[in-house]
Amino acid sequence: MIKINNLNFGYSKHKPLFKNMSMQLSNGHIYGLLGKNGAGKSSLLKNLAGLVYAQSGTLEVMGFNPAKRQPALLEQICFIPEEFYLPSVKIDAYVRANAPFYKNFDHQYFGNLLKEFDIPVSQKLINMSYGQKKKVIIAFGLATQAKLIIMDEPTNGLDIPSKAQFRKIMASAMTEDRCIIISTHQVRDLDNLIDTVIMLDENDVALKASVQEITEKLTFKKVKEIDDSIIYAEPSLSGYNAVMPNYHHEESKLDMELLFNAILAEKVKFKPLFN
Amino acid sequence: MEFRDNKAIYLQIVEYVCEHILLGKWKADEKVPSVREMAVALEVNPNTVMRTYELLQNKNIINNKRGIGFFVAENAIEGVKSYRKVQFMDDELPVVFRNIYLLNIGFDELKTKYETFVKENFNA
Repeated sequence: MIKINNLNFGYSKHKPLFKNMSMQLSNGHIYGLLGKNGAGKSSLLKNLAGLVYAQSGTLEVMGFNPAKRQPALLEQICFIPEEFYLPSVKIDAYVRANAPFYKNFDHQYFGNLLKEFDIPVSQKLINMSYGQKKKVIIAFGLATQAKLIIMDEPTNGLDIPSKAQFRKIMASAMTEDRCIIISTHQVRDLDNLIDTVIMLDENDVALKASVQEITEKLTFKKVKEIDDSIIYAEPSLSGYNAVMPNYHHEESKLDMELLFNAILAEKVKFKPLFN
Repeated sequence: MEFRDNKAIYLQIVEYVCEHILLGKWKADEKVPSVREMAVALEVNPNTVMRTYELLQNKNIINNKRGIGFFVAENAIEGVKSYRKVQFMDDELPVVFRNIYLLNIGFDELKTKYETFVKENFNA
């Protein structure tokens, strides 16, 4: 689905954001894109959608170079940005203007999603709350039936019931022929949806591994005391939340926040485990 | 369903299915929810549910009828019991043993407690 080879990218020549980044993504997965503020999550997503251009290296999305912005590719990409602008029209006018760009647009599915998200269809988009607008563009994006779904912080602004609906909708949207990439800081909103973690740090991919691979190699658990086997630990009420090599084939639950902090703090110790 | 934070999600879903079978909510030869239905209901990745169903197939708890879906196996209850027994012996019993040892609890005392418990809860 996506092949990135030796990608170099930055907004100015002196400050590179990605240095020789390479990575491949395939369909049938929900990728969780993690990274500190400014690590380049949104920029990577924009590269994939053809909204910014590489300085060198190659990007291939479904066989296309996204920088060329060919309609045959763009109609297969659904991009939900974190910041967006919606015009002062009602939903039906918005759909009349935008749906024709996507030849597989499913009007019935769009209607169902709006109902599920409880969107007031007679209201002008511009008068809706941020969360309502966000739900409209998520519904529109999914209704395009695009094969590549890119979402930048989709749960930002969603209220509590909407987050649960969002998870249900994404679980059903994940099909074998689709690739879904979600960048997020709200890992607890999404951690059971993500099957592969991509973490960006220091101009490159710090980790790309499936949840299964991570939990085969690492154990996440509460311990009373810290010993040498522990790679990284954070104090908690009843002791420590710790990450350690999985010596005894334990099947623990991945703690994504703990993993994130662990990799930032102990990058060198994790490198040999995931190569 | 509430997920706990100490065990892999796919194994928690295994327990969820086993519980339904033991309680008789899902009976032998009945269809179980599809991978997608289950993923939507539990708000998890369909690949996670697939992993659950693969394990349940290996333990002869459910069968995959090609093109139709997954069904509760004929001898599912035995399958569930032998799977759960291994889990109990390997995971839960060591914790209980540790406390029995640390607190100096005698086996006679445990036996009386156990028999009262069975009588009160299961009328056996």
